[in-house]
Amino acid sequence: MATRTVIPFGPQHPVLPEPIHLDLVVEDEKVVEAIPSIGFIHRGLEKLVEKKDFPEFVYVAERICGICSFIHSQSYCQGIEEIMKLPVPPRAHYLRTIWGEISRVHSHLLWLGLMADAMGFESLFMHAWRVRERVLKIIEATTGGRVIFGVCKVGGVRRDIDAAAMRNVLAELAETERETKEIVKVFLNDGTVKHRLCGVGALAREDAYALGCVGPTLRASGWTNDTRKLGYAAFRELSFEPVTRTEGDCYARVAVRCDEIFQSIDLIRQAAAKIPGGELAVKVTGNPDGEVFVRTEQPRGEVLYYLKGNGTKNLQRFRVRTPTFANIPALVKSLQGCSLADVPVLVLTIDPCISCTER
Amino acid sequence: MSLFSMTGLVMKWLLRKPYTSRYPFEPRQPLAGSRGTLGVTMAACAFCALCAKRCPTQAIEVDRAAKRWTIDRLRCIACNCCVEICPKKCLEMKTAHGIPTVTKDRETFS
Amino acid sequence: MTEEQPIIAVTPGTLVGEVKRHCEQGWRLVQIGAAKLGELFEINYSFDRDLVFQNLRVQIPETAARLPSISGVYWCAFLYENEIHDLYGITFDGLVLDFKGTLYKTAIPAPFAVKPETPGVSASVVQPRV
Repeated sequence: MATRTVIPFGPQHPVLPEPIHLDLVVEDEKVVEAIPSIGFIHRGLEKLVEKKDFPEFVYVAERICGICSFIHSQSYCQGIEEIMKLPVPPRAHYLRTIWGEISRVHSHLLWLGLMADAMGFESLFMHAWRVRERVLKIIEATTGGRVIFGVCKVGGVRRDIDAAAMRNVLAELAETERETKEIVKVFLNDGTVKHRLCGVGALAREDAYALGCVGPTLRASGWTNDTRKLGYAAFRELSFEPVTRTEGDCYARVAVRCDEIFQSIDLIRQAAAKIPGGELAVKVTGNPDGEVFVRTEQPRGEVLYYLKGNGTKNLQRFRVRTPTFANIPALVKSLQGCSLADVPVLVLTIDPCISCTER
Repeated sequence: MSLFSMTGLVMKWLLRKPYTSRYPFEPRQPLAGSRGTLGVTMAACAFCALCAKRCPTQAIEVDRAAKRWTIDRLRCIACNCCVEICPKKCLEMKTAHGIPTVTKDRETFS
Repeated sequence: MTEEQPIIAVTPGTLVGEVKRHCEQGWRLVQIGAAKLGELFEINYSFDRDLVFQNLRVQIPETAARLPSISGVYWCAFLYENEIHDLYGITFDGLVLDFKGTLYKTAIPAPFAVKPETPGVSASVVQPRV
C-alpha cells in the first residue's frame, strides 16, 4: 500500500478568502480523504440576540458576513415581520428585491475574481474586480455603504431609489453587463481555464442531493432548486427560471454563476419596470411572540433563519443555517480522488463564506 | 477551445489609462449619498441623549450635567440612526470617510 | 406566510425511523437546530422536497441530553450534530465523524446552554482556553 501523508490545508492559505482548515490525507499526489475543521471565526452571534433588542439586531445580522450581508438583514427583517404579521408596503418588497439582486451580482463577480486567482490567472482576477467596482458604485450611490448596506429595517426599508436614481442604476448595470460578457468569455472559452476546471471534482446528481448541498453547487449537478421560487419579497411577480447544468464539475459551477449574473441583471430590469409607488416602511409596535422559519436564496444558496420570540424585546432564539455550512459535506466528498493541485480550485468552487458558516 | 480569448481585453487596457486611481495623491470623491463620518452642531444640541440611547454600538455618550457629547469614532458604524432620531436636527452624516487613527480615544464636544 | 411550515413532534425513540422514512421519500435535510427553552432542549430537524417544507421536533430534558445520531441516514448531519454538541452539550450516539468537542473553541463548555444574562449587566471576564 502506498504511504499516506497528512497535509494541512489552511487556515492560512493564499487562495482562501476566509479561514477553514482541511486535513488532506494524500497518497502520492492523490487526495484520499479530507477532514474539515471549522471554528476559526466563531463569534457566537446567535447568543448576542439575548443582549440586543430585536430592532437593533438588524445591524448584527447584517454583519454576519460581508458579501451576503444584505440578504442576511432581509431574511431577519422578513422573519420578524412574519411573526408580528406586519403589512410591509409593496414598494419596500421591490426595493429589497432590487438590492438583493445587486448584491448577488456583486457576490458572483467577486467570486469570479477569486476563482481566477485560485487558478493563478491574476490578470483575469483584476479585471473581474474592476467590473465589480462599478457595481459597488451603484450600491454606494443608492445605500450609502459599499459592502454593508444598512438599508433594511424591521417594517420596510430606510432609503428610497427615486426615478432618476433608478435610471442611473439601470444605465450602470447595462455597462456592467457589457463588461461582464467580456470576462465571462474568457472564463468559459479559454483553453487553460477549461483545462483546470473541466472534469475536476465532479459531484454526481444523487450525491449532491443526499449530501444536502444548496445553491449553485446543487444546480450545477442538475437540480432546479432555487429558493427564490418560493415567492418571498417581490419574486412572485417576476419571471425567471433557475439556471442549471448537468455535469456537476467545477466548470459547470462556474458556468452556473456566470449565467446567474445575467439572470440577476434581467430580474433587476423587470423589478425596476414594475415597482409601485408608496410608503417605504410601516411603524413597528409591540414585541415578537411566536416562531418562524424563513428561507431565502443567498448568492451561495439557501439560507434558513429560525426566529423565536417570547413577547419580550429580546428574541429567545436566533438560528441561522447558512449555505456554506450545508455545502461543506459536499466539498469533503468531492475532494476524495482529486489531485493535490486541484484542492484550492475545488475549495473555491463551493464559494466558501466561512464567516457565515460559523457566525 | 481558444488560447487567446484574453488577448482582446489585454490589448484594450494596454492602450488605456490605468483604472486604479493614485490615492492618496488623487483623493477619492465620495458619492452624494455616502455614509462617512458623523458631524455635530453643538449650538443646537439639547443633550436629550436620544442619540446615545439609539446607537446600536453605544458609540455616543451624552453627559447632560456637564453638557458634553462624546463619540468613539472607531465604534461608530455610520448607520445613520442617531441622525434620524435627533429632535433638534443637529447631527449630520458627512460623506467623507473617517481619517485613519492609531489611538482609540473618544472625541469630545461641549 | 410565504409557505406552510408543519411541525411534527417525534420522540427520541421514533426519531431515526421517521428520518429514514423521509430519506426514502426523497426529502433533503435542510438543517438541525437546537434551542434551550427553560429546562428543555428542543431540537428541530428541517426537511425540504420541491420547495415544500417540513419540520420534525423533539424535546428532551436538560438532565437527559442524549439523542441518537442521524448521520447514518444523512451523512451531512455530522456537522450539525457536532455543532450542537459543542454549543449545547447534547450527546449524539453513533456519530460517523465525531470531533469530540473540538469543532468550536469556546471560553466555557456548552455556552449556549447557560442562562441568558440580564441585558445591561456586563458578563464577568472568563479567561479563554488556549
